[in-house]
Amino acid sequence: MRAVLILAVKSAWARRLTLSVTLCAIALASALLFAVERVRHDARQSFTQAVSGVDLVVGARSGGVQLMLHAVFHSGSATHNIRWESFEAIATHPAVDWAVPLVLGDSHRGFPVLGTPPDYFRHFQYSDQRPLAFAAGQAFADIFETVLGSAVAAELKLDVGDRIALTHGMAEAGPGHDDKPFTVVGVLAPTGTPVDRGVHVSLESISAIHLDWAGGAPLPGLAIPAEFVRKFDLQPKEITALLIGLKNRADVFRLQRHINSYRGEPLMAVMPGVALDELWQTLGMVEQTLLAMSALVVVIGLAGLLATMLAGLNERRRELAILRALGASPRDLFLMLTAEGLLITTLGVAFGLGLLAVGTFFFAPLLQAHFGIILQWRLFAPNEWLLLAAILATGLVASLIPGARAWRMSLADGLTPRN
Amino acid sequence: MTALSIVDLVYRWPRQQAACLDIPRFEIAAGEHVFLHGPSGGGKSTLLGLLGGVAVPERGSIALLGGDITRLAGHARDRFRADHIGFIFQQFNLLPWLSALDNVLLPCTFSTRRRQRAGDAHAAATRLLTHLDLAPASWHKPAAELSVGQQQRVAAARALIGRPEILIADEPTSALDAPRQQIFIDLLLAEATAAGAALLFVSHDERLAAHFSRKIALADINRAAAVEP
Repeated sequence: MRAVLILAVKSAWARRLTLSVTLCAIALASALLFAVERVRHDARQSFTQAVSGVDLVVGARSGGVQLMLHAVFHSGSATHNIRWESFEAIATHPAVDWAVPLVLGDSHRGFPVLGTPPDYFRHFQYSDQRPLAFAAGQAFADIFETVLGSAVAAELKLDVGDRIALTHGMAEAGPGHDDKPFTVVGVLAPTGTPVDRGVHVSLESISAIHLDWAGGAPLPGLAIPAEFVRKFDLQPKEITALLIGLKNRADVFRLQRHINSYRGEPLMAVMPGVALDELWQTLGMVEQTLLAMSALVVVIGLAGLLATMLAGLNERRRELAILRALGASPRDLFLMLTAEGLLITTLGVAFGLGLLAVGTFFFAPLLQAHFGIILQWRLFAPNEWLLLAAILATGLVASLIPGARAWRMSLADGLTPRN
Repeated sequence: MTALSIVDLVYRWPRQQAACLDIPRFEIAAGEHVFLHGPSGGGKSTLLGLLGGVAVPERGSIALLGGDITRLAGHARDRFRADHIGFIFQQFNLLPWLSALDNVLLPCTFSTRRRQRAGDAHAAATRLLTHLDLAPASWHKPAAELSVGQQQRVAAARALIGRPEILIADEPTSALDAPRQQIFIDLLLAEATAAGAALLFVSHDERLAAHFSRKIALADINRAAAVEP
């Protein structure tokens, strides 16, 4: 049996050109399937872990999903802002334990700038109620000070004491706020959430850099130097969104109703979990379709393997007869062909996983930057084991067919193949 | 002891009325060299299949080395073939993707007995290849790159390794030109003698029979009218 398996490998090696094409098809197909599954899984994981301990997210009235995506994942944009008075009214509601306002819209070299009070670092939690921690330095205490997420610091090689300039809007080459540079005073520990990509500054800093701006562009002829900004009232007029923690979670619906029917302006409050469920429901169909299509691609790849092996079998009839004369039983030949198919499938999947690893390496930063999805570096999740088993099982079934055919052929041919 | 003894053998192709083989009696003594000739389609290949144990007769017995292989189960017949019979075919005898040397060594991977009888299998293979006049330069070439004459000599070495008691050659010279045919047969006979193996040489070409101790026509031992399988 061992001899037969060694021969199977040698024989396959002799036909490596043809088989490698099939192998590549299986590798690409399984890489695609695993990639879809991994992105699907990790997207959920990153979204679910991104925020914790926040009972309500408040923003201008739009969609719950849209609000969540913007406020927590800093993707997309807000249609309207919240007036400062509205924020104060909500923050002082008796059910509210803490309320952290957020101002979004600026960036630094593609990383979103988050204007927020220092309280943010105290209240914001991620994953399983884990608070933010500083890897270096501390929270900002003054204007023109910034705290960087771990990914920002790592990718831009910045550390406490370095100075950066912000850009207006999310474009990397947008109009600049170069006249008012910021000093890095703190770097956060990695969280695996969008916080890692945030450039955090105080609300007053945001106001300060926009003093001489109007309608998204610098006011011509007006330039207020950095040293004079403290003479102005730097309390923001508007904020983008608001994170709320309650004293008692049982009040969540009451407060949500209160905010949704707030008279000052049209606002909405969403519970992060509910908004995410809504998101999964929207994405569920797309996910399933993608997964089914990738599964189909794998089946097509394995069908290719079957076709290649069956086509090759006629040319190998002589080879099988020789092995038969040497004492191989029909069972041995069945084993040999099945082993070959399974070998190609296994190697294909292995290469596919290699491709996936390389792909993850190159595309993970992109996914994280654009969609806030953090691809995990890990070997296998349980559902991926299941996928792997399914691919190998399908490969085995596909390989049994040429195996069975070799068996039948060798019984019919005996020692003298009829070509 | 007889190497081969057939008694009352009848074989019919599936879904055919007439018997293809009906051999009342045929024997080959141990170490004997027999030339069996008959026209193409005369049932020679069928007989070889029966002797090799890849087919079983409708009735009758085929005793090889004293044991009736028709009573053995399929896998036991495969085992017996691997252990005791060396085959040489018309052409395309070799696995094209293995080297000449690895082709010769194949029976030793399939049969423990042949491996043990070969002693040092590698040394036995090189000795046989040297005897059969194959230059060491071609030992490690893939079989597909050898000339037909070289391939047939490799095939002979493969049939001989591990000294099987029975050698069966099915038209092994038909792919060779006339001068090389006789050289090959002489080599084969010499090696069979050296190994003490019984040789059944099957061919349609009676002219090759000169150096054999016994010459038989299939039609003489087969009562069935020749039927195209």
